[in-house]
Amino acid sequence: MYQLIKQIIKTGIKTEAAPQPDEAMRVETQRLQEEILRVFGSALNIRHVDAGSCNGCELEIHSVNNAYYNLEGLGIKFVASPRHADMLLVTGPVSRHMEVALKRTYDATPEPKLVVAIGECACDGGIFGESYASCGRVSNVIPVDVAVSGCPPTPTAIMQGILTAISAKK
Amino acid sequence: MPINHPGLHLNKLGAAIPAWSGEIRPADLQPICQIVQDGGGRLVALWGSDERGEGKGFALHIALVNEAGLICLSVPLSAGQPAYPDVSRIFPVADRMQRAAYDLLGIYAHEGHDHRKWLRHGAWHGGNFPLRKDFDAALSRTDEPDAYPFVQVEGIGVHEIAVGPVHAGIIEPGHFRFSVVGEKMLRLEERLGYVHKGIEKRFESMSLQQAAKLAGRVSGDSTVAYAWAYAMAAECVAGVTPPDRAVWLRALFLERERIANHLGDLGYLGNDVALSFGFAQFWILKEQVLRNNAALFGHRYLMDKIILGGVAADLAETGKRTLFEECAMLEREVRVLRGIYEEHAGAQDRFIGAGRVEPKLAARLGLCGLAGRASSLAWDARVQFPCAPYDKLDVQMATYRNGDVAARVIVRFEELFESLRLQREILAKLMHDGTLSVPLEKLAGHGFGVGMVEGWRGEVLMAIHTDAHGNLTRVHPHDPSWQNWPVLEHAVLGNIVPDFPLINKSFNLSYSGQDL
Repeated sequence: MYQLIKQIIKTGIKTEAAPQPDEAMRVETQRLQEEILRVFGSALNIRHVDAGSCNGCELEIHSVNNAYYNLEGLGIKFVASPRHADMLLVTGPVSRHMEVALKRTYDATPEPKLVVAIGECACDGGIFGESYASCGRVSNVIPVDVAVSGCPPTPTAIMQGILTAISAKK
Repeated sequence: MPINHPGLHLNKLGAAIPAWSGEIRPADLQPICQIVQDGGGRLVALWGSDERGEGKGFALHIALVNEAGLICLSVPLSAGQPAYPDVSRIFPVADRMQRAAYDLLGIYAHEGHDHRKWLRHGAWHGGNFPLRKDFDAALSRTDEPDAYPFVQVEGIGVHEIAVGPVHAGIIEPGHFRFSVVGEKMLRLEERLGYVHKGIEKRFESMSLQQAAKLAGRVSGDSTVAYAWAYAMAAECVAGVTPPDRAVWLRALFLERERIANHLGDLGYLGNDVALSFGFAQFWILKEQVLRNNAALFGHRYLMDKIILGGVAADLAETGKRTLFEECAMLEREVRVLRGIYEEHAGAQDRFIGAGRVEPKLAARLGLCGLAGRASSLAWDARVQFPCAPYDKLDVQMATYRNGDVAARVIVRFEELFESLRLQREILAKLMHDGTLSVPLEKLAGHGFGVGMVEGWRGEVLMAIHTDAHGNLTRVHPHDPSWQNWPVLEHAVLGNIVPDFPLINKSFNLSYSGQDL
């Protein structure tokens, strides 16, 4: 126990300042009212859905939870059920085999809800494109509010996407 | 010759690892597999191809490995009745691969004991096969729901828990069907294929360079291993040898991928036993490795840094210093964390004995990679078939015999320290200047090449077939998860449901890599 506490003290606080929202990531005009956004802005619950990714984007979504980015420190956390979520974070081109599951997850998320598409494939189908097994971009299957490109997007870009979605359009 | 059988004539391939190819009659398939199995060899991969355009039928391809090297055999099958003798009785691991080969190409095993679909759900009709050259995506499209006959366990108090495809954590999608009595797991059945996105079909319409990018995205967490295996296969077809400096940098990238993934897994294994301290600490270390990757090589996961004929990133003297410092820091910190993990009674209580795979079962089922080494299976491609520069590195393999979560944790720690040692050695031997790549524009016609790389999870294989003009006609990526997913079903037996996430994490298998 002594070693453990010593290590915690020695490590100190690694968390860096959060990035600013980026209007360029916004896909649709805001579907939500500012009032609701204020509520979301202080405590947001996210449900992640891998709809067909290569798992590269998942690595970076894990990273936003590390001490450097500390997403939870901003009051934003990942939850186990879409029914507890305010936002869906969707990765991958949507595989045909995940199409129904993604739609059902979207339907199970209570209104008002936000969708952020994470990564090149989620934005435009990426290298996998559209095929007999892939529906391509996420917006081909469910409505998307904010799209974050990158292969995979950096943790900062992912945070920026999340923060953009919950910031009111100026 | 790696195998002695009268029906077998092998050609040595000009690959970076010892590899042979040959064509055999269907009748010789089982006897040859039996010889390999009796000699302690394993089945690595099984796939098929449509060769009707060349006036032939279909073909089955299998990659076997024994102490001599990799043996790739092709079995010509008739166009009308593309059947071959079942090999899953000799190598149980072949079962899902045979079912996938049917779903995608319509070739099937005679007397195979499991005829259920595997990769196909409801996206295309059962009688249509995407990897056939005359496949019509529009005509074969359907939206039928996926009806999959799970094996049912009956008895007093037995009930089922269905999990997925969308899981509770930040992980890939798949379905797990548990049959439990109380908290105890009586049976686990996996249903994968949810992230099947047509990777193999995609390869067929791609140029060599585009395909290199796709190869690096079969399973993102192993992008270096896949990119290297693909480059190795293409270089094998083209007869090109990458320059010395390039292979040293490739090895550096591969070890850095292993270091990053092992750090991440060790953090999550702590997290899964409620030691969130472990997650916080290990992910600080992992982040530092990723940031160094971005600063020195231009990508946090080193995607697209291995290219055909060489590498696309270099390391300057200042960068070397950064990495030496990183090595020293990681060795120091991981040693402290290892001590904390080992002395933490709560963590060890959960690790020890959970998800045990006995060495005998592991060998029978063909468990591979780090999970295999945690169950006494001393296989590591870097040791058995050291391609350049591993032939100059003397990799020390980490093995353990308990086969439980604790053993997989120990193997990860040991491999982490070994990779840090290798990184130091690579840095010391990495000479200045020298070209980073040689041109590789075109492949030979009717060529076949193979590459195999020991990724952090296990051996990644890539096979390339070219047509008469040297274009890619069939590319098959093989993930070690094909081998290890079925073993997870055995590992959980008798354990309690709440230990499943921990056991699953201790294997950390790829969905994308096996769903393709």
